Amino acid sequence: MPEQAVHVHQAPTGFIRKYVFSLDHKIIGLQYYALAFVAVFTGMVLSWLMRIHLVWPNAPIPGLGLLSKTGAPGGIVTPEYYLQLMTMHGTLMVFFVLTNAPFAAFGNYFLPIQIGAEDMAFPRFNMMSFWTTFIAFCVLVSAFFVGDGPPLSGWTAYAPLSAVGGDPGPGQAVGQTLWGLSIFIFCIASLLGSLNFIATTLDLRTKGMTLSRMPIVSWAWFITSCIALLAFAVLLPACLLLILDRVAGTSFFVPSGLNISDHMQPHQGGSPLLWQHLFWFFGHPEVYIAILPAIGIVSHILICNMRKDMLSHKVLVYCMMAIGFLSYMVWGHHMFLSGMNPFSALVFSFPTLVITIPATIMTLIWLGSLYGSNLRINSASLFCLGFISMFVSGGVSGFFLAQPSIDIYLHATYFVVGHFHMVMGVAAIMGVFAGTYFWFPKMTGRMMNETLGKWHFFLTFIGTYAIFMPFHYLGLAGNVRRYSAFTDDYLVPLVPVHKFITFAALFTGAAQLIFIFNLFYSRFKGAPAPANPWECTSLEWSTPSSPPPFDNFGGKHPVVYHDPYQYGVKSSTGDYLMQTSPEQAGQTP
Amino acid sequence: MTASREGTSEVMATTLPPPVQHEEEKRERPYDGGGGFRNLVPANGDRRVVADPKGEPTRTGIWVALAAIAMTFAALSSALFVREGSSSSDWHHIVLPRILFFNTAALVASSIALEMARHRVAAFMRGQAPKRSAAMLWLNGTMLLGLVFVAGQYMAWLQLRAQGLYLPTNPNSSFFYLFTGVHVIHVLGGLGGLTRVMVLFSGRFGWRLRRSTLDATSYYWHFMGALWIYLLFLLWLKL
Repeated sequence: MPEQAVHVHQAPTGFIRKYVFSLDHKIIGLQYYALAFVAVFTGMVLSWLMRIHLVWPNAPIPGLGLLSKTGAPGGIVTPEYYLQLMTMHGTLMVFFVLTNAPFAAFGNYFLPIQIGAEDMAFPRFNMMSFWTTFIAFCVLVSAFFVGDGPPLSGWTAYAPLSAVGGDPGPGQAVGQTLWGLSIFIFCIASLLGSLNFIATTLDLRTKGMTLSRMPIVSWAWFITSCIALLAFAVLLPACLLLILDRVAGTSFFVPSGLNISDHMQPHQGGSPLLWQHLFWFFGHPEVYIAILPAIGIVSHILICNMRKDMLSHKVLVYCMMAIGFLSYMVWGHHMFLSGMNPFSALVFSFPTLVITIPATIMTLIWLGSLYGSNLRINSASLFCLGFISMFVSGGVSGFFLAQPSIDIYLHATYFVVGHFHMVMGVAAIMGVFAGTYFWFPKMTGRMMNETLGKWHFFLTFIGTYAIFMPFHYLGLAGNVRRYSAFTDDYLVPLVPVHKFITFAALFTGAAQLIFIFNLFYSRFKGAPAPANPWECTSLEWSTPSSPPPFDNFGGKHPVVYHDPYQYGVKSSTGDYLMQTSPEQAGQTP
Repeated sequence: MTASREGTSEVMATTLPPPVQHEEEKRERPYDGGGGFRNLVPANGDRRVVADPKGEPTRTGIWVALAAIAMTFAALSSALFVREGSSSSDWHHIVLPRILFFNTAALVASSIALEMARHRVAAFMRGQAPKRSAAMLWLNGTMLLGLVFVAGQYMAWLQLRAQGLYLPTNPNSSFFYLFTGVHVIHVLGGLGGLTRVMVLFSGRFGWRLRRSTLDATSYYWHFMGALWIYLLFLLWLKL
């Protein structure tokens, strides 16, 4: 066939080319998924260690003493080591899980297929971006094994704590420099990835696949890549300045006259606020980098399981665009307590409240579309409902935090921890779970076990609420975050709540074993998946095999005739019309 | 952009020439490159024609990359403003080394040389010029001027060092080294791209230079020059 001859790259045969340094976007997507998988369970174990230490501060944790002799002598976590665990938990989760799993992993796998391309626009950049991310991950994790251990300045790495070079104390030495280096490398990887996503979406759409015919989730990945491109382009130089402050003795972030551990620091005149501005200019869009792909995944799956389009999926896309645009104007709401001019706080408060409008419209579209629909209940759609629930519960507390006057009280408490864990962390993870259950048949050719999936959902749903709802109560009661033990008078009565949360965290974490088992069991022993198990219309379900062949469509480019969500119509296939079907939809049955 | 689209079909290279029966269709509906919000895949779902515009993402990609680079320098510029505002006591003005202006001239000249090279390359591709040598000469000139710029920046650093101004000496010297250093990395990227263009254009090993590769490299190069003029102005104004 002459078609094969023009193919730009042939399917590789060797193991290394096929599975390790692969140019295939599907393999790269799976690699991202695997990396996120390792990172999420590492991060989860770290959170267990923190939770156990919080409620039993003097109990030795077996084996931990081996990891760090100074940080956890005899397995008992020191206050500094608690902060170091917290920093690593946050960094792993935000960068290597929430950015990688819903965006890079699923996006790499399904964006080209959904728009009818045979690969990403720049397959080599794609491979580079994964391996660069992998190097960033290794650099970060290596911080566990250096002298004085990993950094303790939080995933936000606030200066001057993070910016003072030398070795002023535990968690402020090489580990912090490795953190800066790791995130610097991660930025490069994310920029390469975003560039690839944008060029792919704009240039490689197949015939008939206009922008307005792209499924919501492809739109979500596209908008996310636009956000990520500009956000990581700011974090990149910020990390460079941080590293220069640490290793070259410059004073971008370290103020004059700073005395740390009885040492007068040589730096002069730097601005700690500058770091916060640069960091949060990235950091707030990052929240949407985590959540927009999940929003897209959830909408896509819900539409398929409701057997009807959203009230308006186009409005959903416009809302995502509005959120993406507004996400650049709200970074200061993370800094109400930073000593920034109070007028600035007011200025940042306003767009923060405005950004809730598109978020609310999206929620109303989901609820309004779900109302009265015959939702097919399966693991994927249940996780979608879980996502909406988490998004709303976590989002509502955002209204309080957007008010500078209320935020002054709540900002440094567990209220904020509960807020972002629900709206950004758990919600996005629910989206990843939904995507996994939904696309697993396409990725492996086998179905996941539904019974286990439903158990996984209900235990996770109950468990995560049991963990994060009490956080809000703790915050209102004035429980300060980042304390490693609660021995002070007014905090002592709150310890039972913390015990409850710790049990809930251990329980929820254990429930994830069901998912791991299901994932590996179904991969090898699951029931063979039909070509289109969910009767979905988008292009990923019209590939000739599951998993799709190397060039996705077996030597042909599909032609698209319809908007993405033709459900509830009469056609030869049933109540839906594939995007690739040349049929005209009959009237609604 | 518009001018560069001429003769796209001659320049666009695939590993095999496209089959004859699709030529007509291409003429009927010429490939509308350059990204944009249109459905860009031209044919009836057949890969032979779809494979043809491969490489056009390069053109989109370069604009996306330039946006990210612009954002990086915007962040650094705002860092400069914030840092200046945070503490005026240690803000010591430095005299910019004269050689910077010479370097600027070299970089501007290199952009002109690249444009000359681009016309020569197009002429060769269209068959109007018999040999590659004229185009190669201008490409070499561009490369040389780019290297002169990098060497000149290095001279500027040496001059600053001679005045006792090192990276951590004061915020002004920090920002000077920072901006010029990051920009030199940017220039080295451009030199790498230009080397790639020259290797592809040389026609060895059956390699072909795509028009989009040449265009993307030249956009990057001109952006680099414009960015440097902005940076020079910023450094002159603030440091």
